[in-house]
Amino acid sequence: MNNLNASRMAGLLFVLLACASTPAFAQMDLTGVWNPIMHEDQIERAPGPEVGDYLGLPINDAGRMRGETWNASILTLSEHTCKPHPSTYGPRGVGGMRIRFHHDNTTENLVKIDAQIQWMEQFREIWMDGRPHPPAYAAHTWQGFSTGRFEGNVLVVNTTHLKAGWIRRNGMALSDRATMQERFFRHGNYLTHTSYIWDPVYFTEPIVRTNGFQLNTNAITVQPYPCLPAVEVAHSRGDVPHFLPGKSGYEEEFAKKHKLPVEAARGGAETAYPEYMRRMRAGSGGGQ
Amino acid sequence: MFSSQLKLTAAVSALVVAGLVVTSAQQANNFANVDVETLHVQGNVWMAVGGPFNAAFSVGDDGVLVVDTLVEPLADKLLAAIQKVAGNKPIRYVFNTHWHRDHTGGNIKVADAGQSVVAGNFAGQAGAAQAERAFIWAHENALHRMTKTEGTPAAIPVAAWPTDAYFTDRKEIYFNGEAVQLLSMPNAHTDGDSLVFFRKSDVIVAGDIYVNTSFPIFNLSEGGSYNGLLNALNTIIELTVPRDKQEGGTYVIPGHGRLVDEADVVEFRDMSTIIRDRIADAIKNKMTLEQVKAAKLTLDYEGRYGSTSGFWTTDAFIEAAYRSLSQPAANVSQR
Repeated sequence: MNNLNASRMAGLLFVLLACASTPAFAQMDLTGVWNPIMHEDQIERAPGPEVGDYLGLPINDAGRMRGETWNASILTLSEHTCKPHPSTYGPRGVGGMRIRFHHDNTTENLVKIDAQIQWMEQFREIWMDGRPHPPAYAAHTWQGFSTGRFEGNVLVVNTTHLKAGWIRRNGMALSDRATMQERFFRHGNYLTHTSYIWDPVYFTEPIVRTNGFQLNTNAITVQPYPCLPAVEVAHSRGDVPHFLPGKSGYEEEFAKKHKLPVEAARGGAETAYPEYMRRMRAGSGGGQ
Repeated sequence: MFSSQLKLTAAVSALVVAGLVVTSAQQANNFANVDVETLHVQGNVWMAVGGPFNAAFSVGDDGVLVVDTLVEPLADKLLAAIQKVAGNKPIRYVFNTHWHRDHTGGNIKVADAGQSVVAGNFAGQAGAAQAERAFIWAHENALHRMTKTEGTPAAIPVAAWPTDAYFTDRKEIYFNGEAVQLLSMPNAHTDGDSLVFFRKSDVIVAGDIYVNTSFPIFNLSEGGSYNGLLNALNTIIELTVPRDKQEGGTYVIPGHGRLVDEADVVEFRDMSTIIRDRIADAIKNKMTLEQVKAAKLTLDYEGRYGSTSGFWTTDAFIEAAYRSLSQPAANVSQR
């Protein structure tokens, strides 16, 4: 064996040893019950957004029209009463989130991660086994179909097959063509969840949001949340509450109440950027 | 692959849905690369998807019951897809949700591939030849629409016509261990629409009463109407029961588009009702059709359901809605 071959053999041995001593890819244990800490957007997320507040949302004119014609009474229809948050909104809501890992008993490969948020039992499965997403003609669900992978210590999840949902609880709609990528970062007992949501129907840009969670070391389960629809407000058959365009009377209420420029309250991608605030201060935005 | 199939057949689909003529040679060319794929929905029921067209079939101890037969050039592929699931079980029945060629185009081939149980006095009535093919069921008005094509270049052959037509509010059979109902939905997509409800499998085949690829389609020249279609959508919502949290439970196979449950039909019903109310209000305020179009009353849903090409463009939908809702008593619930 000459020197060159000896050097190659040593290199190969080093690589083999390195592979044997570390997993094929890094993973981070995310299991446990995580409580939302609501340090961001608490007013919007817990008590709820005000009607007509579209600030910072990258909506187009169609999305704005959905909001301006939305009537909260639609939620009194029995077929609307037990809708859970879709996975595109769930981590923004209240209620602990339990995460579990499921390994194959023989190979110990990670097959699936499931997550359940307490409010309305938002149960979702994140497939880690490389399976493809279903065909276009398959049913959509509130939580969608999710596949995941670890990039270093970060769990990256891609979701398709979502039902039509919402991005803010004041009529800001999300279509069933929306898709989402999430990243879960763990820092000790804190978890940062980042979502990138893209909807070609109602957005001009993806919306990026982060949500913080803290590990609840005293919990191993989340409470059940049964829901049975009931008629609590009488409606005639086929009645769907909504406002005719321009007739809600609430279009400028939020802006006036908080002394904001009406233009800013109507949202749009530009309202999400710092430059927009500077422009408003400069008085070029038509503010009050 | 599915999206490319959609593009490939979109133009043909539009013509077929409109009931217009497409020659066999043109159709064969357009569908050569379209596969018929199947999806098990639940219970006995499977969904068959051929490009932009949907059909369904039930498989069990009694044999096979097929609901709608896609377009004629896909009939052989539909039969092959059924056989892959059902093996050599005989096709006993073909149900048509309505008469349009993208739902009845394969009637002859699918019925001819089947067998009926014909004996006793019935043998004399139906004729021995009937035993060699499946029965075809549909609403009487669907049969009428087919017979009206006689003598035209696009005549639908007699062998494709329903062998059993019903004129009451329903027709039913117990097949593969469950009740199966054809429920008449008057003046909806056409004047001869049926929902097919598999009661134990808990699946509804909606035909073009419910599609999720466009704004609601109602053919005024064939007895369809906006309010009739809404009435039918509300009936679907009354028949469906979600399993939990407004999801699962009863599934609905649309005439075009993906498999859905009640929540998806509710979303479509809500949209259809909201736009109906806006256009009805515009008519009440004496707005002309051109003014209604200019008012962009469908803007918030156009990105999802609108179209600028094909036979059912957003403009075509608005025109049909305006005409339908301008008719006397059009705004009265048809329940």
